[in-house]
Amino acid sequence: MSQVGCVVTHWIVGNEQDKGIPNAQSKNRIRNHMRRYSAFAIAREGARYHTGWERAWKSSEPKKRYDAIIVGAGGHGLATAYYLGKNHGIKNVAILEKGWLGGGNTGRNTTIIRSNYLQDPSAAIYEKARSLYETMSQDLNYNVMFSPRGVMMLAQTEHEIRGYERTAHANALQGVATEFISPQRVKELVPIINIHGPRYPVLGALWQPRGGTARHDAVAWGYARACSDMGMDIIQQCEVTGVRRDGDKVLGVDTTKGAIDCDKLGVVVAGHSGVLADMAGFRLPIESVALQALVSEPIKPCMDVVVMANTVHGYMSQSDKGEMVIGGGADGYNNYTQRGSFHHIEETVRALVETFPMISRLKMLRQWGGIVDMTGDRSPIISKTPVENMFINCGWGTGGFKAIPGSGWAMAELMAKGASPLADEFTMWRFGEGKFIDESVAAGVAH
Amino acid sequence: MLLLECPYCGAKCEETELSPGGEAHIKRYGPGSSDQDFEAYLFMRENPKGVHFERWRHVYGCGKWFHAARCTQSLEVFGTYAAQTFEPPQEIKDKISAKRPGWSWRDFS
Ligand SMILES: Cc1cc2nc3c(=O)[nH]c(=O)nc-3n(C[C@H](O)[C@H](O)[C@H](O)COP(=O)(O)OP(=O)(O)OC[C@H]3O[C@@H](n4cnc5c(N)ncnc54)[C@H](O)[C@@H]3O)c2cc1C
Ligand SMILES: [Zn+2]
Repeated sequence: MSQVGCVVTHWIVGNEQDKGIPNAQSKNRIRNHMRRYSAFAIAREGARYHTGWERAWKSSEPKKRYDAIIVGAGGHGLATAYYLGKNHGIKNVAILEKGWLGGGNTGRNTTIIRSNYLQDPSAAIYEKARSLYETMSQDLNYNVMFSPRGVMMLAQTEHEIRGYERTAHANALQGVATEFISPQRVKELVPIINIHGPRYPVLGALWQPRGGTARHDAVAWGYARACSDMGMDIIQQCEVTGVRRDGDKVLGVDTTKGAIDCDKLGVVVAGHSGVLADMAGFRLPIESVALQALVSEPIKPCMDVVVMANTVHGYMSQSDKGEMVIGGGADGYNNYTQRGSFHHIEETVRALVETFPMISRLKMLRQWGGIVDMTGDRSPIISKTPVENMFINCGWGTGGFKAIPGSGWAMAELMAKGASPLADEFTMWRFGEGKFIDESVAAGVAH
Repeated sequence: MLLLECPYCGAKCEETELSPGGEAHIKRYGPGSSDQDFEAYLFMRENPKGVHFERWRHVYGCGKWFHAARCTQSLEVFGTYAAQTFEPPQEIKDKISAKRPGWSWRDFS
């Protein structure tokens, strides 16, 4: 997880005090609209010792009432707020966050972006999201460092080959560009791989050339800046402690900063979805478990694609800083501690060392965990709830970073209009109806 | 790392010796039950932040299923008990009450 607060997260005050170094007070003066980031802005700030950058978003105190409240300032919550404003003109919005913005799973993931899912509703929303990532830096005027370097999912058993060939055919029909490639092509793309592993040789791979990675914190920060610019209130260290209802209709929320009213409530709290549902008096088909990741010491560039090995439970990419970013499987039992089991790390690293022998001497620098919200079919929930005007977006489990823009798009449409073609199939009632969107076979571990 | 004591063989197991079996004390609804009960039985979960009851199996030991009472917020283990029961024994409930006064979980408290 990265630290908040590098230079690029600040915006610029007006040039009233261009002459000389502005005093500290002027930093608190906030323009009505943000200034664009550009090469020119860097030059201008350079000329005045970088003293003019202002905060990227305003910290606000809650008002009494909002048209819409979003609980959870992770990527999905912020994207929901952003599209409420941008696509539907709903800008009297507050985003409430119990900790700090982007401090949940959005700041803890391994940033893999892909859309090579098997089922049509999944391919639709994940590909929508992936395509929005392509222009996100321009759209938000914020560098999210989207890097479509290609994502490769290794087939290491005969049935994985069949599974991925099937997915490649499904993707062709869905208009998602993927192909099944040979072990030789895998070796060309990833010279450091050992394709002749004694236990699990590489038999081919599902390859999505426009998949890749992005800078996770920047995605949250970029949306936050755009939301703040539309006049929305981002309220951190404000925990929702209760959902107030009149019968079956939502009235607002109780928080550690007092009661706040709203017309519509969007709950987007990942691992804490069950806790929020409990406040509103219903249950969800969700279990919260720990998922971990780790990074190595930085080394010279050696792998410029993302490799996922689902049979052996491990995946790896190299960050721009040179660290090998590694993740594995989730724990099997409920947990809210953001710490996971040691043996999962051992399992993951053991598997990857066989496939990438050169990493065996690497030192690992950091390890961390996030609490992921798992559904039975491993697909998300974007849905109305038993409480009128309360909506929920959750169940992204181990793989929702890639979905952030598409999910926000769909959730905002659902909240504004009562329905969204992208979200239709993802209701919380699909389980009772037996209409699963079964990605659990297609993506056993995958993120 | 979780350490649970198997109530049958008394082994103090590290979690790799065990296999997690999900939420405990779920009433199994079958044919003839309402759609809602059947859905709840199959899919709906407590998923609490705090006191929780689970099924575990001593898979690399005596092979038997048992129950555990844990806190999902602190990973504290309150105790383990046999599988042949519809609700946690009083002794376990008392242990939890001593540490988490006012706790409740479904209909238990
Ligand atoms: C180790 C790890 C690796 C991962 N790797 C990938 C990957 O490579 N690719 C991928 O696509 N996905 C990945 N994921 C999954 C991805 O991170 C998540 O699906 C996604 O970030 C979820 O975003 P979110 O906005 O829904 O949740 P979060 O970012 O967790 O945001 C929810 C927010 O709600 C807040 N909140 C909770 N309760 C309350 C309350 N009562 N009041 C106010 N606020 C509250 C939390 O503090 C939190 O900030 C990974 C996850 C983990 C943990
Ligand atoms: Zn035993």
